[in-house]
Amino acid sequence: MTRTKKTYTFLVFAFLYAPIVVFIFYSFNQSKSRSNFTGFSLRWYIELMQNDRIISALQNTLVVAVLSALAATLLGTAASLGITALKKAPRALIMNITYLPILNPEIVTGISLMLLFVAAGTFLGISLGFWSVLIAHITFNIPYVILNVMPKIRQTDKNIIDAAMDLGCSAPQAFFKVMLPEITPGIASGALMAFTLSFDNFVISYFTLGSDGFTTLPVNIYTSTRRGLSLEYNALFAILFVTVLIFLILMGIADNKAASKNPNSAKQIRLRN
Amino acid sequence: MKKIILCVVLLVIVTVFSGTLSSCGANRETLNLFNWGAYMSQGDDGLMDVVGEFEKEFGIKVNEQYFDSNEQMYSKLISGSAEFDLLIPSEYMIARLIEEDRLEPLNFAAIPNYEYIDDAYKGSTWGYDSEDKYSVPYTWGLVGLAYNTKQITEPVDSWDMLWNEKYKDKILMFFNPRDCFGIAQKRLGYSMNSTSRDELDAAAEELKKQRPLVSAYIQDEMMEKMISGESYLTPCFAGDGVTIMDSNEDVNVVFPKEGYNIFVDAMVIPKGAKNKANAEKFINFINRPEVALNNILYIQYSTPHTEAYKNLPEEIKSNKIIYPDGETIARAEGFKHLPKETSDYMDDLWQEIKFGN
Repeated sequence: MTRTKKTYTFLVFAFLYAPIVVFIFYSFNQSKSRSNFTGFSLRWYIELMQNDRIISALQNTLVVAVLSALAATLLGTAASLGITALKKAPRALIMNITYLPILNPEIVTGISLMLLFVAAGTFLGISLGFWSVLIAHITFNIPYVILNVMPKIRQTDKNIIDAAMDLGCSAPQAFFKVMLPEITPGIASGALMAFTLSFDNFVISYFTLGSDGFTTLPVNIYTSTRRGLSLEYNALFAILFVTVLIFLILMGIADNKAASKNPNSAKQIRLRN
Repeated sequence: MKKIILCVVLLVIVTVFSGTLSSCGANRETLNLFNWGAYMSQGDDGLMDVVGEFEKEFGIKVNEQYFDSNEQMYSKLISGSAEFDLLIPSEYMIARLIEEDRLEPLNFAAIPNYEYIDDAYKGSTWGYDSEDKYSVPYTWGLVGLAYNTKQITEPVDSWDMLWNEKYKDKILMFFNPRDCFGIAQKRLGYSMNSTSRDELDAAAEELKKQRPLVSAYIQDEMMEKMISGESYLTPCFAGDGVTIMDSNEDVNVVFPKEGYNIFVDAMVIPKGAKNKANAEKFINFINRPEVALNNILYIQYSTPHTEAYKNLPEEIKSNKIIYPDGETIARAEGFKHLPKETSDYMDDLWQEIKFGN
């Protein structure tokens, strides 16, 4: 690599990671300041652990993210299979309807879901809370799952299902043993995307929250800014960042192992993608 | 590897759920509180956990939800998506809620500790609740002008400093039309609650002239920018100004001679609240002298509670920025609720100022 190329790469990564490094650096600050580092301490990590409001908001966020990702993945995968089986014209129609919520500004989705839930809640005599946030998150997650799974289904050779059935598989067996393994990468990336989107969604959560005290982390953060965010949040982000980093490193190691065990299969996967 | 990942994921799910589900207790008395974020002592720095103590003593579960501006609180409240029992908005929003008949009159027999509230901050004094029927003041404060004494050696006693070309790009302003217009109007000798289009136009003209000098229109980051010395001049809430001064001794806060805004945040109960009696219990609880004292030590704004004020440490009580003398308070003007056409007109002008055409 020439020097310019190296500098360029370095600059790109510096821009990407410098803010995160600074942010994490200040989580170890002794004082309350975000600009004046007075000394190393774990004070903010301890205060974070003792702050029930942040911890419970984090728990709520994780619950909503996991549940909505699971539900959206199930519904979205089933929908993708159904859509592929459609004829061309209805398929195009349904795909366009699927794109709409993604193009729609979040605030519109948020307010319309809120109005719907308020009407439904009045009818059923329940007030908004955990359930409305969860349903809202599932709703906006489904299109992303469909968009991840559809290409995988299209890439799969339809004949292999027929071949499996010819060789004695029942229809469910053909699906679970042949189709599902083929499209798993798409399902996994869809689920991860749904999890991430749900995890940091603010607008839609904000509008669909009720008054029962159930709140998510992004809402908690946004509403705490009037008096300046405390460094507890730096500590929290540091923990989240490191967790994700460890997860990615583990995945990388697993990938490498699989590749060195069977170099051909890795090449094949890459070719197929 | 796959199995390990699956195990980890399952473990996470189980821990998370056990936490969430255990918090769903049996049906008990509740109170839905809608407050600013980080605006009630929660047990940090050895101070009382106000909500926790209340829950323990009365057996009432407090559900807290937060907002970050009066307008956000208003839209959530009227959307009907939530049922709140107790709100803590600012005075001009209270005036609007009263005007629109969205508040419950309080039962003061259930709030004997109301006697500790200083008349000087009540609704009848500032006009946001003319009969003192709906609100119990929570905190108050003035808007002052913070400046860096090292960089600015000339005397500072006027909003004119925010228009001084010498300090180009070192000036900060609020990021909302009401506060910015308030400053410009006061500087021109007008009322902050003026509905005259000419006066609004004149104020907008001043703000347009000021725009090239302003380095940023912000709200919360101003504290950091002043502490680090990056900016020299900013309008700020007195409580925040004191926080800046604690971290940077070069900064001083003054109350300009032309006049300034006073805000009062007060507790109110929205119309049709399901747990009105609980809300009144809470208002009474938070106005117990020792609770009010703990709470104000956490919030660090000014308290309208006479007993809490008496028991404050001497250095806070004598701080002329948090507790200015009567004369300084008398020069302040509170925001009133503006008629819709005035606030719409102000918003239009604000767009022009921000985007400069």
